[in-house]
Amino acid sequence: MPTTLAPVSIAELTEVAKRVRSHIVQMVFDAQSGHPGGSLSSVEIGVSLFWNHLRCDPANAEWPDRDRFILSKGHATPFLYSVLAERGFFSTELLRKFRTLGSPLQGHPSMGAVPGVEMSSGSLGQGLSFAIGHALSGRLDRKDFRCWVLMGDGELNEGQVWEAAQAVPHFDLGDRVIAMVDRNGIQNDGFGDKIMKIHPAEMWRGFGWHVIECDGHDMAAVDQALAEAEKPHEKPRVVVAQTVKGKGVSYMENNPGFHGKAPTKDQLIQALEEIAGGLK
Amino acid sequence: MTAPTAPAAATREAYPVALAQLVEQGIDVVALDADLSASTMGYQFGDKYPERWHSVGIAEANMVDIAAGYAAAGKTAFVASFASFLPGRCFDQLRTSVAQPKGGLSVKCVASHGGVTVGEDGASAQALEDLTLMTSLIPFDVIVPADYESARQAIIAVGKTTRPAYVRTGRPKIAALYDASYRFEIGKATVLRPGNDVTLIACGILVGIALEAANLLSNEGVSARVIDMATIKPIDRDAVLAAARETSAIVTAEEHQTHGGLGTAVARVLAENLPTPIAFVGVDRYGTSGKWDELLGYFGLTAEHIAASARDVIARKR
Repeated sequence: MPTTLAPVSIAELTEVAKRVRSHIVQMVFDAQSGHPGGSLSSVEIGVSLFWNHLRCDPANAEWPDRDRFILSKGHATPFLYSVLAERGFFSTELLRKFRTLGSPLQGHPSMGAVPGVEMSSGSLGQGLSFAIGHALSGRLDRKDFRCWVLMGDGELNEGQVWEAAQAVPHFDLGDRVIAMVDRNGIQNDGFGDKIMKIHPAEMWRGFGWHVIECDGHDMAAVDQALAEAEKPHEKPRVVVAQTVKGKGVSYMENNPGFHGKAPTKDQLIQALEEIAGGLK
Repeated sequence: MTAPTAPAAATREAYPVALAQLVEQGIDVVALDADLSASTMGYQFGDKYPERWHSVGIAEANMVDIAAGYAAAGKTAFVASFASFLPGRCFDQLRTSVAQPKGGLSVKCVASHGGVTVGEDGASAQALEDLTLMTSLIPFDVIVPADYESARQAIIAVGKTTRPAYVRTGRPKIAALYDASYRFEIGKATVLRPGNDVTLIACGILVGIALEAANLLSNEGVSARVIDMATIKPIDRDAVLAAARETSAIVTAEEHQTHGGLGTAVARVLAENLPTPIAFVGVDRYGTSGKWDELLGYFGLTAEHIAASARDVIARKR
């Protein structure tokens, strides 16, 4: 029965994360476009989830009982495709075709194009609602799969997120829908505090959620936070991971300029060296 | 043409009946409403199948994406609201999450209260743009039934495809055009009255009014064909081209603006294949309050106006 690979050691997850980060910068360099910053900030969340928590079968991606991973922050495709490829959903060779004509790896996720992409996203704020539909269907069919939804913190500006946030507790879906927020503090136009200052933890609590906060780049802390989110609780769970945009590449870290920009050749070489050296 | 004996009924009343019949036929249907279920009639389905129906509150965007998730998990997911809000409050969700996944997801919109016959609620509630928006979403079928029986069969028909669809229904009770011997088919028009001088192509409530216009024209010795073009997309090209060949003059009539919608779809078929004089009857300004039948008169959605348009277009024949 295909399930998680758990328990995978933190040391092993950390090595996977390095490979995922290398793919991310290489893909964006190859395509000379894409979104490296918000991909690098999500890496620990994705690796912990796909290796230790998400029940899935890469060889049978449509398995009806699988847990769903729904990437609501759809611009983070370098992250999504790298994690899926490393987990075995498709060949890492395909990553070189990112954003090219005829490739299934579009700039934003296209449902049905490759195994493991659960939703067409890219227009922000829709993933949590989509997950509710999957979860209600699971309940109707008496299946016990979970839906894990990853959102950006800038994405929380979208009103639809809060339409969905009120609906998850209303429909009593806390054991079926788990939300995750990549709190990297930067969105397209710059620092979130200047564009639209929000207080994610308080907002989620106000909507009746149990908030689990963690350092989003401490692999052990992320792994523990996701484990806590899986435990039964009277409220639905949201993991708010404090992260750094561009994490792992010094000149991208906390730099709004690398939300949606590709590195030069020299910058790529530097990035790959820094990633190989591990997180500081 | 059949001679129906059914009482007058609103097309929206067919919605919960059709949903229940789909479930009875083994289709794995779920349905969602956004706090207008007393008007869309969705609550009646909810009363019968509570585990298959949800109210999501006043949140149309959330509703559409929940339906998309349901469809991704294998369900046939219906959503209902007023045609002003569905698609008006959730067009991006219909585009990105429903239309764009490979082939489109099996989400069916049944939008009630289309057009000016909403009545007293006025402009904000009177959808005049929904057909333009929905015909722009590539995999969607777009259907505007002309009476209760047609609406019932159309909702069942879209529930049996895997494509996304938009079915527009109306608020007022209108006369039956069809009885149970009628067979609705997506993409197939119905010729309700033969004629050689001009063809009146209508959808929704304007079909019955076009039949009245044909009577008026008949009194003047003008033979008008009347076509119920319930499916706007994919449109019945053969019926349009046969009308153009055989009558050489076309009038379209719809409870919608003429930029997009039925008239535009008919004109495109003609322009590509057989340019033919055409006149468009529709509503090219925003609505206002009034009784629904008064509003039809106020906006020129009348047998007299359709007949006048027919005379104009006949005069333009070469």
